[in-house]
Amino acid sequence: MTALGWLQILVFCGLIILLVRPLGGYILRVVEGRRHGLSVVLGPLERLFYRAAGVDPQREQSWHGYALAMLAFNFAGFALLYLILRTQQWLPLNPQALPALSPHLAFNTAISFVTNTNWQSYGGEATMSYLSQMIGLTVQNFVSAATGIALAIALSRGFARRQAQALGNFWADLTRVTLYILLPLCLPYALFLVWQGVPQNLLPYTEATTLEGAKQLIAQGPIASQEAIKMLGTNGGGFLNANSAHPFENPTALSNLAQMLSIFAIGAALTNVFGRMVGDEKQGWALFGAMGILFLAGVAAAYWAETSANPLLQAAGVDANLEGKEVRFGIPASVLFAVITTAASCGAVNAMHDSLMPLAGMVPMINMQLGEVVIGGVGAGLYGMLLFVILAVFIAGLMVGRTPEYLGKKIEAREVKLTVLAILASPLCILGFTSLAGVLDLGLAGLQDRGPHGFSEILYAYTSAAANNGSAFAGLTANSPFYDTTLGIAMLLGRFAIILPMLAIAGSLGAKNTVAPSGGTFPTNNGLFVALLVGVVLIVGGLTFFPALALGPIAEQFALLQGSSY
Amino acid sequence: MRIHVLTDMHPEPGILRPAIVLLLLLTLLLGLIYPLAVTGIASAVFPQQAGGSLLQRDGKVVGSALLGQSFAGPGYFHGRPSGAGAAGYDAASSSGSNYGPTSKALLERIAADAERLGKAQPGQPIPADLLTASGSGLDPHISPAAADYQAARVAAARGLPVDRVRLMIREHTHGRDLGFLGEPGVNVLALNLALDAEAGRRRAPAGIP
Repeated sequence: MTALGWLQILVFCGLIILLVRPLGGYILRVVEGRRHGLSVVLGPLERLFYRAAGVDPQREQSWHGYALAMLAFNFAGFALLYLILRTQQWLPLNPQALPALSPHLAFNTAISFVTNTNWQSYGGEATMSYLSQMIGLTVQNFVSAATGIALAIALSRGFARRQAQALGNFWADLTRVTLYILLPLCLPYALFLVWQGVPQNLLPYTEATTLEGAKQLIAQGPIASQEAIKMLGTNGGGFLNANSAHPFENPTALSNLAQMLSIFAIGAALTNVFGRMVGDEKQGWALFGAMGILFLAGVAAAYWAETSANPLLQAAGVDANLEGKEVRFGIPASVLFAVITTAASCGAVNAMHDSLMPLAGMVPMINMQLGEVVIGGVGAGLYGMLLFVILAVFIAGLMVGRTPEYLGKKIEAREVKLTVLAILASPLCILGFTSLAGVLDLGLAGLQDRGPHGFSEILYAYTSAAANNGSAFAGLTANSPFYDTTLGIAMLLGRFAIILPMLAIAGSLGAKNTVAPSGGTFPTNNGLFVALLVGVVLIVGGLTFFPALALGPIAEQFALLQGSSY
Repeated sequence: MRIHVLTDMHPEPGILRPAIVLLLLLTLLLGLIYPLAVTGIASAVFPQQAGGSLLQRDGKVVGSALLGQSFAGPGYFHGRPSGAGAAGYDAASSSGSNYGPTSKALLERIAADAERLGKAQPGQPIPADLLTASGSGLDPHISPAAADYQAARVAAARGLPVDRVRLMIREHTHGRDLGFLGEPGVNVLALNLALDAEAGRRRAPAGIP
């Protein structure tokens, strides 16, 4: 660990903290439908969208209505994307004449992008036509992110409102978030990336003759426009196979800093939006504080583990683990990126996680297994953390024998049951499918590495899918009917089996009246609550996943110290 | 077609029409207009970067300033081992090796590379980046230490003084961005192009360009 390494980490944290309030204030204005600079310019476009779609933005929906609208929109998006991927060979903007994706790969990729997972079973430049990248993947990058933000806003309304039957209008939330938040941020950001060196063109791949006379075919494409939303929307699916490790996606250490900031920006700001909506910004800062503690603990652990010795490599004369890392980033910026991308549900990578030291690779896994509540996916992180908040106040209530309250809302049996349902969905997928793949030949066939690391590859894959992250221990060959299908199912359950109970909770809370705080009310905007929340997140995640982690990364670390290789 | 969904409170208006119409309008805006607008502005303002930062010599594209390529001859600086494509440095098939830290295959590859490098320059410790594959398989850089490690071999092969080669390494080393971001690196292709240009200058008699 070096001082410059820690400086990069601290500068990153400082910049995120500075972004929280201004961006939060702006997002709130947008989702409340208030006037702002951009609504004057883009207002006519917004109203045109509503007219064409037959939507009245004033007409709010119950939680059922909101959920059905969200499901219908997501299903339509899935169907369209599947169709594009299956027919890309006949469509324009395919200069490399790439063939259609196989049914299982198209199924996996379409689910992956609709659920904001962006898992790469596909190979980027070797698989996708420019048209598929643009009207398929770029579009879902935007709207899956907008869907997540809309859902977090709907849940926040449930906490903020009293005796309300409605949570807002999904169509209006979706349109406003896209037009006024994501698109205006992406346009300058994409141009910044081009300035740093990210290509943006529709040219065929370039054939170069290297200095030694060999041919080198260089992938091209509209990369910057997709890269911007890939990071801001915590999507993470690369235009190119090597994702943000590729110099065409992430050419400099400066573009790398911008990418890391853009992964966290919106998710961090949403804690502030929540605080403002419930009328107490400190409530938002308490959530942000709990996330910050978990984040810094993860960074410190991963940085320490990655810079500790690997006796196997040292014996071979390699004193620093640069396998899978780019020279321009080095170890600190690679580890920081790995923790950020899995704390948020981004899944972009600037170094290959598969080649991280065992315990450093375990930190991304734990981040995802905790439910990606450390900033998390745009929207998904906030509603995920709020589920843990409900669990935390419930446990606090049990300790003192009092009906738990949060923000004046009584948390009762219905909410707690729904919360537990939502929190159990993802562990069920991860552990269930990992055990299945671990005993079936179909699952073992995809492994590159043997020994405990092979188990880690499987565990990481289902963790990443169920958590809608999308990063990988990429030694696993996941483009097979077995993995494409089971990972697709894990992504679907990991997204919607959390969203539906969460919206039901929002509906049920919104309908309740608030009770005035009394002397027995447990305050939820102070350090004690933050500590309780962190404890609940760690205990639930720890108890659920420790046995699996012991078989994977922990066993591998012991093997490594013993000098065993596989 | 309108589907009316009954809820406990009141019927919601149709959901199929807004779902399909909004999806198509957003596809038009985000999938065509937005990327084409970025393409248009980028090609006007940053034409070099937008086109892939291609480098030309004598009117022919020799590579991209951002991408590494394979070098094997003793007169060129060599990049890092590459997992991109079967032969390495395939710029249409980026990839790391994805070997785990206890992988036998990784240890075998490192041992083979270390033996090859050690034969050419016995007795010197080999910088770690020359024995490890990058994440993309297209890393354009090596560390300054890895460039210095190769300086004597390149100088001997080209008949240049070692000090001249070391100076050229310094000239092609870029520092940390903003002084603290990332790590310093030497762009291998740019350095090798400069070496070739230097050789051209030395061959040309004085006074004739």
